[in-house]
Amino acid sequence: MSSDVISGIAHVLRRIGGAVTGSISRLGFASRFLVAIVWHSPQAFRRIHLTVHEIYFAGVLSLVIILMSGLFVGMVLSLQGYETLKRYGADEQLGILVALSLVRELGPVMAGLLFASRAGSAITAEIGLMKTTEQLAAMEMMAVDPLARVIAPRFWGGVISMPLLAALFSAFGIFGGYLVGVPLIGIDAGAFWGQMQAGVDVWPDVTNGIIKSLVFGVAVSLIAVFEGYDAKPTAEGVSIATTRTVVMSSLAILALDFVMTVFMFRGGGGL
Amino acid sequence: MNRSAIDLWVGIFVAIGFGAILFMALKVGNLLTFDRSPGYRLEASFDNIGGLKLRAPVKTAGVVVGRVESVRLNAKTYEAVATLRIDNQYEFTKDTIASINTSGLLGEVYVALDAGGDTTMLKDGDRIAKTQSAVVIEKLISQFLFDKAADSGGGGAKK
Repeated sequence: MSSDVISGIAHVLRRIGGAVTGSISRLGFASRFLVAIVWHSPQAFRRIHLTVHEIYFAGVLSLVIILMSGLFVGMVLSLQGYETLKRYGADEQLGILVALSLVRELGPVMAGLLFASRAGSAITAEIGLMKTTEQLAAMEMMAVDPLARVIAPRFWGGVISMPLLAALFSAFGIFGGYLVGVPLIGIDAGAFWGQMQAGVDVWPDVTNGIIKSLVFGVAVSLIAVFEGYDAKPTAEGVSIATTRTVVMSSLAILALDFVMTVFMFRGGGGL
Repeated sequence: MNRSAIDLWVGIFVAIGFGAILFMALKVGNLLTFDRSPGYRLEASFDNIGGLKLRAPVKTAGVVVGRVESVRLNAKTYEAVATLRIDNQYEFTKDTIASINTSGLLGEVYVALDAGGDTTMLKDGDRIAKTQSAVVIEKLISQFLFDKAADSGGGGAKK
């Protein structure tokens, strides 16, 4: 009886230990993978059209969802912000509220989440399927390095696209906020833009937003190509890897956002 | 899709992406107008600057004529010295009064310049002689309470 209990506890502990060592070794593999991608990048950049092609898939084809989401987020922000600001008689400050929330937080984070689900999952599925159908192995047989031919262009395509998509999200969000704030609610256009320009600084607000989106781009692209490369070469393995990409990227974006916000905006605003 | 069409779309994408960054820097962050009007500098010492921040507006009759460029402490006199950057198109007389005001009860803190009747004008680097410090509401309240206590005669406070 007691030996049953002890072996049961040992089993649970072994499970926990296995999960921890497994995730640590995956983390180590992912870090080595990042170094390998950077190492093979010059080789990949010699065929720049591969990266351009990936910017097309990751960036251009994500434009519609990013722009539409940005517009609607900005419009909702404007409506909700007005309702709250009106109570304090500060409804003229709507511009600064919309611009600061978008430029600092919502632009990079929302664009990152949309990018992970729209482009990251597609990259993982593509690479995973290439592995399943042994295209990657065939490339190695032909002395073509899949890291330089397949992985690095997709990684850099994502890294380059992400800050641009985040900037477009913020710009369209501010435009959406303007549409609701000025013509619909009837705030003075001069006050809307003037308060915004007085309250938003290029440094630190806009540049920190761009830095955030760049970091999210690296994180999402790395997770996407890594999960694809690491997927089990079965139909089920590819589907699990795709799901993992979306879940892990979303968690990574939100966690990284918190950490970066702590460092960027704590006490850095005033004199 | 052939390569040149993809190149075209990527080119458009990168261009409008940088356009969006430029839009945020210029239109939202107001980088352009800040750099375009260099203006000239005036200094003003205050006993207390209250909540005055960098880039707070400098106003005359409610019109923004410049920005607060820097705030430092004069270590000898323990006064705050604010450097004001004024647009070149505005000139102020030698007897201008600089005061720190608040727009509304919760509004932003700004520097108000009230021009006098002198004929000579302030030049770049000049110091504004007459200043009025920020009003600290806590001090006002405590002054009011002490006055009340003195009036009522309780506590035997001597005038």
